Amino acid sequence: MYNSIYDVVTGPLAWFGWAVFILGSLYRMASLYSEAKKKDVSSLAYVKASYGFNSIMHWITPFATLGWKSNPAMTVATFAFHICLLAVPVFLGAHIDLWYQWFGVSWVALPDTVADTMTVLVILAAAFFAYRRIAVKEVAFLTTWKDWMTLIIAVAPFLTGFLAYHQILNYQFMIVLHVITGVAWLVFIPFGRLSHAILGWYSRVYIGSEFQGVRHCNDW
Amino acid sequence: MYNKIFDRKVDDIGLQTGIDRLTPEKIEKTVNEVFSGETGAKLKVYHDTCVRCGLCASACHYYVSHDNDPSYSPAGKVTQTISILLDKKGKVGPDFIYQCAQIAYTECNLCRRCVHYCPLGIDTGYMMSVVRRICHKLGVTPQYLQDTAHSHSATMNQMWVKDDEWTDSLLWQEEEARDEFPDMRIPLDKDGADVYYSVIGPEPKFRTHLIYQAGAILHEAGVNWTMPSMPGWDNSDMAMYSGDFEMMGRLKRIHFESAQKLHSKKIVMGECGHAFRSVYDQGNRWLGWKDYPVEVVHSIEFFAHLLKTGKIKMAEKFPGPVTIHDPCNVIRGRGLMNELRYVVSEICESYIEMQPNAEHNFCCAAGGGVINCGPPFKNVRMDGNRAKADQLRAAAEQGVKTVIAPCHNCHGGLEDIIEHYELGLDLKFLGDIIYANMVKTKAVEE
Repeated sequence: MYNSIYDVVTGPLAWFGWAVFILGSLYRMASLYSEAKKKDVSSLAYVKASYGFNSIMHWITPFATLGWKSNPAMTVATFAFHICLLAVPVFLGAHIDLWYQWFGVSWVALPDTVADTMTVLVILAAAFFAYRRIAVKEVAFLTTWKDWMTLIIAVAPFLTGFLAYHQILNYQFMIVLHVITGVAWLVFIPFGRLSHAILGWYSRVYIGSEFQGVRHCNDW
Repeated sequence: MYNKIFDRKVDDIGLQTGIDRLTPEKIEKTVNEVFSGETGAKLKVYHDTCVRCGLCASACHYYVSHDNDPSYSPAGKVTQTISILLDKKGKVGPDFIYQCAQIAYTECNLCRRCVHYCPLGIDTGYMMSVVRRICHKLGVTPQYLQDTAHSHSATMNQMWVKDDEWTDSLLWQEEEARDEFPDMRIPLDKDGADVYYSVIGPEPKFRTHLIYQAGAILHEAGVNWTMPSMPGWDNSDMAMYSGDFEMMGRLKRIHFESAQKLHSKKIVMGECGHAFRSVYDQGNRWLGWKDYPVEVVHSIEFFAHLLKTGKIKMAEKFPGPVTIHDPCNVIRGRGLMNELRYVVSEICESYIEMQPNAEHNFCCAAGGGVINCGPPFKNVRMDGNRAKADQLRAAAEQGVKTVIAPCHNCHGGLEDIIEHYELGLDLKFLGDIIYANMVKTKAVEE
């Protein structure tokens, strides 16, 4: 029973997740780009790769921008969250086997204790974000069910992965839940708030180009 | 939560009569016309990628000045206006449009300071401009702002200045100036001049001495210059802020064409912020020009050039220390902070930086057309910019007596803030100081 469920979630369901993630992301990026070419020509005309690059480099460096400097706790949490969020799924030892199984590729794994610590960091950062959504009034004012859903989807695979790895509660149940939440994570990236993962680059590159190119001024 | 704005509803006859004429059908149709016909991927990406993190809040002077009231935060303004219009596909009532208009026209100066705080590069100013555009198309605009837009439509200037009054004002200033500079002219419609000098409507209307001063500086520097006698002389553009983009385009076109007809080499504009924005940012885009057809130089750059080349020399420097207010449209908008500091260091003994400064400076709360919304909204600006008063007070405590603000809107805004918060500071344009303290080789001896 468990084995067949496991095979389904890591087989067809996982492929469904990858398909929605890849095709959905490509569709959203391509359709928005073509819409911009049609309707936002007066903005697109100013886009320049070097300005976009400058902007991205500043904003992916902790404390390199006014926004990051003004909110130190949020800066630390955001960087810890995103770095760990991306590194753990890709470099976790147990995932390396799956990469090989799915795509026939392999690379060096993170030591399990490091990956475990990073998972805890993701969960702690998510807890901090949740705290802000409740207790920090400018965040609470903006928060709707969509934001809670986004946060839950983002952190769920880490929470279930952590519980499974430490064999807290039922391992078999948890590992299946882990894969399902992981698939949900992939499926939702192209849509809603999680789409900032793929669309944030557009707005960043554009505003970088507009500020540096038109306004002759930094956007950080 | 969404009705919180009505706790602070401001009565405005323009907004009220505007919504009285609306029906839900008209609102829905107009909102969707703008979304389908005028906005595109840019709005969608900004709206979809915002993760509601709240980091933008502390960027906004309204938020800071209202003891961190979240309904004034940039993203807070978005969620109370355009988010709902998008989510409900325009199915909202007239009262909601009043709320949108009050927020977009009077509680956001489109200063874009929040861009420096947003990790995702979201431009709230753009989204507020879209809200204004919708309100304009619905005929829901603050009365005073709409009056200036009407003036633009009827006269091609902001202040209902008639054609004969314009030339009369120039001749009057020329006559006045001749007591001091016997050979000075304000040359009208001179063909092929190096400099076409353009001003904003309020200069001939009630700041006429600025034309005198500019004439004196241009004369003393020996510049080959001209001003047009016909419409096109006003570089200002309140239609850009009311959301009347068709009119914005017409204004920019007549401004540039007026300079082109005179074969002027370049346009030098007075110390104005929003007019400069409408030239390089919004008006040109509406007309489909990536850049502008005639080079446009802001006074800050022009003064820097005159001082660098020695065409203007200062007889004495203005006693310091002064402080510098960086206007959003020329600094965050056009990166002239270094030129501004160069000019100030050449004409003043010393200056003390306001904090924050340069492209991170707080807005004056007058820009973006807010001061043009008139007396009903004066307290919105005063209560909404305690942050600026605190900044100015901190400078005053370091011995500053004079603030330099090279922008008309900033002047209006800061003047009110200085009075309201009893800061006891003087306010100057660069031109005020240059005119008063330059070497006047062409003037009569006193």
